[in-house]
Amino acid sequence: MLRLESLTKRYRTGDLALSAVSLEIPAGQVVGLIGPSGAGKSTLIRCVNRLVEPTSGRIWLGDLEVTRLGRGGLRRARRRMGMIFQEYALVERLTVMENLLSGRLGYVSFWRSLARRFPPDDIRNAFRLLDRVGLMEHADKRADALSGGQRQRVGIARALAQDPDILLVDEPTASLDPKTSRQIMRLLREVCAEQGLAAIVNIHDVVLAQQFMIRIVGLRAGVVVYDGPPDGLTPEVLTEIYGEEDWTGTGEQTDVDRSAPPGLPDTDELVGAL
Amino acid sequence: MRVGDVNGEPSIVEDASRFAAVIYPSHWRRPPLIADVRLRWAISLGVVLYLVVGIGAVEVNWGRLSEGWERGLRFLGGFAQPDFVSRWDDIREGLLESLTMTLTATVVGVMISIPVGIGAARNIATSPVYLACRALIALSRSLQEIIVAILFVAMVGFGPLAGFLTLAFATIGFLAKLLAEDIEDIDAAQVEAIRATGAGWWQVLDYGIRSQVTPRLIGLSLYRLDINFRESAVIGIVGAGGVGATLNTALDRYEYDSAAAILILIIAIVLVTEYVSGWVRARVQ
Ligand SMILES: Nc1ncnc2c1ncn2[C@@H]1O[C@H](COP(=O)(O)OP(=O)(O)OP(=O)(O)O)[C@@H](O)[C@H]1O
Ligand SMILES: [Mg+2]
Repeated sequence: MLRLESLTKRYRTGDLALSAVSLEIPAGQVVGLIGPSGAGKSTLIRCVNRLVEPTSGRIWLGDLEVTRLGRGGLRRARRRMGMIFQEYALVERLTVMENLLSGRLGYVSFWRSLARRFPPDDIRNAFRLLDRVGLMEHADKRADALSGGQRQRVGIARALAQDPDILLVDEPTASLDPKTSRQIMRLLREVCAEQGLAAIVNIHDVVLAQQFMIRIVGLRAGVVVYDGPPDGLTPEVLTEIYGEEDWTGTGEQTDVDRSAPPGLPDTDELVGAL
Repeated sequence: MRVGDVNGEPSIVEDASRFAAVIYPSHWRRPPLIADVRLRWAISLGVVLYLVVGIGAVEVNWGRLSEGWERGLRFLGGFAQPDFVSRWDDIREGLLESLTMTLTATVVGVMISIPVGIGAARNIATSPVYLACRALIALSRSLQEIIVAILFVAMVGFGPLAGFLTLAFATIGFLAKLLAEDIEDIDAAQVEAIRATGAGWWQVLDYGIRSQVTPRLIGLSLYRLDINFRESAVIGIVGAGGVGATLNTALDRYEYDSAAAILILIIAIVLVTEYVSGWVRARVQ
């Protein structure tokens, strides 16, 4: 599905954020990307849809070489990659529905989007997604009137509205409380399972990553230092990724949630906690 | 001074006892802007000296002053008894002309300012467009309204057309600059999110940027509307039509009571626009 071939990014300031990262993610796989601050996690995600231009290396999305695309081709490729942000990055002054429909911008003409006249199928699908994330009654609220957890749901729905093949998720829970974080992670994993989406999820919380991810990639100073299952994150491995620290109680976290099959959304719980 | 530093790793818990032995200063002042004391004094002294010399250099004609004092008092006296009646037709015509001039100039000015402002925003425009738009803004801002008015009066003759052109031109410099700065200050994350959906340039502009700057653009346009009205009174004096021309005539004839009436009406209209624009701005936020 997604293949990175010795992806390297050096910023104009001289920082080497990624150094020859190679990674392959099959369709439907949800990968947690962990690493200390400044390791290059955000850079990696942004290189994939070229919000940041890679310095060298190649990116393949299926058979499409993303790194060789021109402007129009890149726009079409971006439609297949849904992005979810730490600070939600909703357009604050637009309504929830407008934010959701903005996921369709790559598919509709400028004039249509200017008049907010989206095709009926897009609108129906947007309402379906809104229902899926449990925000049906908030459709016409402005995005800045929502709580953090609600905003992130809109962010997820917007990414899904693109009808993507892969989700690029940058610290989806860093601004949320522990309970809401878990709900968001569960939601993410469920929608990925439902639609067979692959995902790269940047995450700081190792326990959360272990609990919800199938595969973990550890990045340190722009280099992949771990790639394997969540149980492989022993104190030694964590030290390798993050540096010396007391890891008691982090590494051997047993996984409860991962074995449970992704069921129907627990909407009551989702809505109740907001 | 990093007391608790061990091998560059500040440790917090273990070395807490070390801090007990250190005596910390209890006196602290913000470092001055200019470090050198002598330079500081020299600059202060220089400023005072310049002020004294500068004031001394102004020539005052006391005879003219006492004569003018009387005239000034009479002018102020006009405010006590403003005369709205005897020149009412002229005043009404002048005010209507000014209002028309102001409104049309603001609308046209805003319409031109929007593309110019977008082009002058560093974060979205390409550099030739940026330079061209900034140049236009700089030109508009560097020429004072009166000078522009004189120019347009020379070009299109006396009357409100010259005033309209002047105000529209001045509006571009003001509004396009502030709009461009607003666009440069927007939250980049929202724009990036829209770009990441595969949206085109115009769609990014519409969804990511327009939504962020519209409230302020409306506020600024209303603000410019009342600036333009005040300016219309001034540029009328150099022949660009409007109530300024009426005011000028009244002053030339020493009809201070009529002049006072005109000024009072200008103040009233500015006040009304001020309240209205405040109300609208609170609404659109
Ligand atoms: N726009 C930029 N310009 C210059 N250097 C940058 C830029 N963005 C990131 N960097 C540098 O690249 C490196 C990796 O940054 P990145 O944001 O990818 O880290 P991260 O792993 O996402 O960190 P965090 O967990 O704190 O979000 C850092 O050294 C950072 O200083
Ligand atoms: Mg980051």
